[in-house]
Amino acid sequence: MTTVEKEPSMVKQKEMIAEHFDRLAAAGEHGKKVVYTFVPGNLTELLLSFDVLPVYPEINALQSAMRKRAGDFISEAERVGHSEDVCTYVKCDIGMKRKGNIGPTGQPLPKPDLLLLSYTGCFTFLKWFELLREEYDCPVVLLHTPYQAEGKVTGSMRDYMVEQLKSQVIPALEQLTGKPYDEDRLRTLLALSARAEDDMVHVLESAKHRPSPIDAYFGGVYYIGPMFTAFRGTEGAVDYYQTLRAEVDARVRAGEGPITPEGPMGPEKYRLVVEGPPNWTNFREFWQMFSDEGAVVVASTYTKVGGVYDFGFRHDPRDPLGTLADYCMGCYTNRSLPQRVSMLESYVKDYQADGVLVNSVKSCNSFSAGQLVMLREVEQRTGIAGGFIETDLVDARYFSAANVKNRIESYLQMIEQKRGKGPGATPAGAKEATP
Amino acid sequence: MTDAKENVERIVAEADALYHDLDFGAVKRFKEAHPEAKVIGCLPTYSPKEIIHAAGMLPVHLRGAGDQVEIIRGDAYFQSYICQLPRGIIELALSGRLASFDGFVFPAICDVIRNLSGIWQLLFPEKLARYLDIPQNFDAAVGGRFYARELRSILDDLERLSGAKVSDDDLRRSIAAYNHNRTSIEALMSLRAERPWLVPADEAYLVLRAGDTLLVEDHTRMVDEYVAAVLELDRPKRDHSRVVMSGAFCEQPPLGLIRTFERAGCYIVWDDMTISSRFIVGDVATEGDPLAALASAFVERAVESASVYACKRQKGSELCRTVRRSRAEGVIFAAPSFCDPALLDQPMLQAALDKEQIPWTAFKYAENLGQFQVIREQAGTFSDSIRLWGQ
Ligand code: SF4
Ligand code: SF4
Repeated sequence: MTTVEKEPSMVKQKEMIAEHFDRLAAAGEHGKKVVYTFVPGNLTELLLSFDVLPVYPEINALQSAMRKRAGDFISEAERVGHSEDVCTYVKCDIGMKRKGNIGPTGQPLPKPDLLLLSYTGCFTFLKWFELLREEYDCPVVLLHTPYQAEGKVTGSMRDYMVEQLKSQVIPALEQLTGKPYDEDRLRTLLALSARAEDDMVHVLESAKHRPSPIDAYFGGVYYIGPMFTAFRGTEGAVDYYQTLRAEVDARVRAGEGPITPEGPMGPEKYRLVVEGPPNWTNFREFWQMFSDEGAVVVASTYTKVGGVYDFGFRHDPRDPLGTLADYCMGCYTNRSLPQRVSMLESYVKDYQADGVLVNSVKSCNSFSAGQLVMLREVEQRTGIAGGFIETDLVDARYFSAANVKNRIESYLQMIEQKRGKGPGATPAGAKEATP
Repeated sequence: MTDAKENVERIVAEADALYHDLDFGAVKRFKEAHPEAKVIGCLPTYSPKEIIHAAGMLPVHLRGAGDQVEIIRGDAYFQSYICQLPRGIIELALSGRLASFDGFVFPAICDVIRNLSGIWQLLFPEKLARYLDIPQNFDAAVGGRFYARELRSILDDLERLSGAKVSDDDLRRSIAAYNHNRTSIEALMSLRAERPWLVPADEAYLVLRAGDTLLVEDHTRMVDEYVAAVLELDRPKRDHSRVVMSGAFCEQPPLGLIRTFERAGCYIVWDDMTISSRFIVGDVATEGDPLAALASAFVERAVESASVYACKRQKGSELCRTVRRSRAEGVIFAAPSFCDPALLDQPMLQAALDKEQIPWTAFKYAENLGQFQVIREQAGTFSDSIRLWGQ
């Protein structure tokens, strides 16, 4: 394994995360309240406005997988009666709790004082927190995010969400902390979010350049980290995204491609759009299967799961609760299949992609059900070849490296045949794209 | 007695024919009789059929393709780790069996059904495909109001489809018809709990499933006639155990599996296979604003189900109550493979049963399961063990 010198943004993110877990480990000592909540539809600014510390169980699960602990945790959950068939994030979390609830930095995680069930874009979230409620015996407050089935947010949906925030979520946080809701503070945090969001979108859209200076899937999951978790609405996140933006801009100026865990990527040969979450158990190996072939992901839908910002949405401090509602309803898995198809189609066109690849994960019905139809539709609309691989998020039993590698290679060959030119050739009519 | 026997046989045969008719002949006959009327397919689990009925339409509950239709195209639409139901539904649609349907309602029960609504929008853009966002907030002033607006918007779509307005009185008449239907079904359910030997599980199931396709008034009549007829029969009481069956609220087990449980020595005294027609407990108000009445009945009196967030009660408490009320001796969890809602619910329900020392066993199935031997043995062992336990 090569050691690659970390860029300042990476170092910064690592420090932010370490500090957050230190705060969590010391939460009891400092009398800080802890709220568990989900990434899609997270209300981080609202939580921070009450000075509570958020914990995101999905992040713990994916971190466990990256540290090769998920297998143990999943077995533990299956041992106590959870089915092999269900979402492995849930089982990984339940198993981790039962094995001492040690977080990714090796420190114990505090118990939740409140479970904020942001029911956004995934039905399993309901079940997950019903299960955690039994484990922790603590209160739950639910925020039901209506689904964008008709491809739009209606006034009724928005009103429903704002009413829930006012009548349930905010009172639950007031009761938990003994503090009144401070709308001015929330506005300040939302304004910081919007600044960081501008820079994050700039970074994601830098992939329109040739070569792309970033990998918007494997690298992208790092770039979205602070925005999708405990840091949105903080000065730290604003700084992080400024730093990252400067680094990416420098790479664009130098005509450089992405940096992978193995070092700078070689020449860009294939530009891909990817739909679906990554596999975390073999993340590095998975990424390398692409980078070794000169395949760079220029846009991905997974990096929109905690918020879709690249079609113009920004948190708006002028309408604090309305903007939180809009944010939740806009998250990727809360969008209808036709909306998801349109997003993929526009990514293929705007980022001049050679292919669109689905990584279908066994765990996640929210993402996976319908992906085969989506892929066919995108192929029809764009005329480009689609590829399909199957893995899982955190269950290594469903990551067959040889099979996945084979499929990726055959898919790239198919792209090659389709474009009928040598690797790296710019497709006819393609120009240098600028964001 | 002979009349009663003949009546039971006739009713069950009629229900059986409806169950096996996946070409939906009854729907076609309905359309011939009412050329202007529309037919709306309702996916599991619960849709307020009252509003479809009030619009002069026939709501038809769609539950997959069972074990009768070979899945030729459906498998190309779903990965192997997704339950069987949506591939069956897609198969029905792509094979033209749903051609006489004018629209579809996809209730918010899980991400598979939710995404199926999107697949429908992509594959069949000419058909009405409505997602029904069932509230998970049970405050009448918040979730109830949202749900009433959701119902209004579906009704607007139905009115556009039929070209006719639906009045509040139309809605009230339909609410009354479904209230009557629930009362009749409850009578059948009580009889099952009291004297299960009179109502074999497969018969009860077929009679209740007939409500998937029949007009509600006709179905109520069928249930009433069936109950009246079986009460006159002298069916032998066997030394069976009494079990509740839980987890089969969406994709259905094959009829053979239901029969297997009884053949293995279990009287099924309650099940959630047809919970859709009993989703609201008690009557919906027939006075005042009918959509508000439907909404408040849902947020205040929906049954415990894997698809409904358990905010008010301890998970499993209602299942334990059902076991006590029906004097069951144990629970059979029968859930479709890959069904996240049912399978994620199970450990919580099982813990609640364990606390009350209620024995249980668990199986998984797919709607097209063909082999029952292993399950029969397991169910037989379970039945024997709870009879011994009871002694
Ligand atoms: S089903 Fe998908 S979105 Fe839901 S918790 Fe599991 S991985 Fe996350
Ligand atoms: S069987 Fe379960 S997962 Fe499948 S559609 Fe029904 S509720 Fe959803």
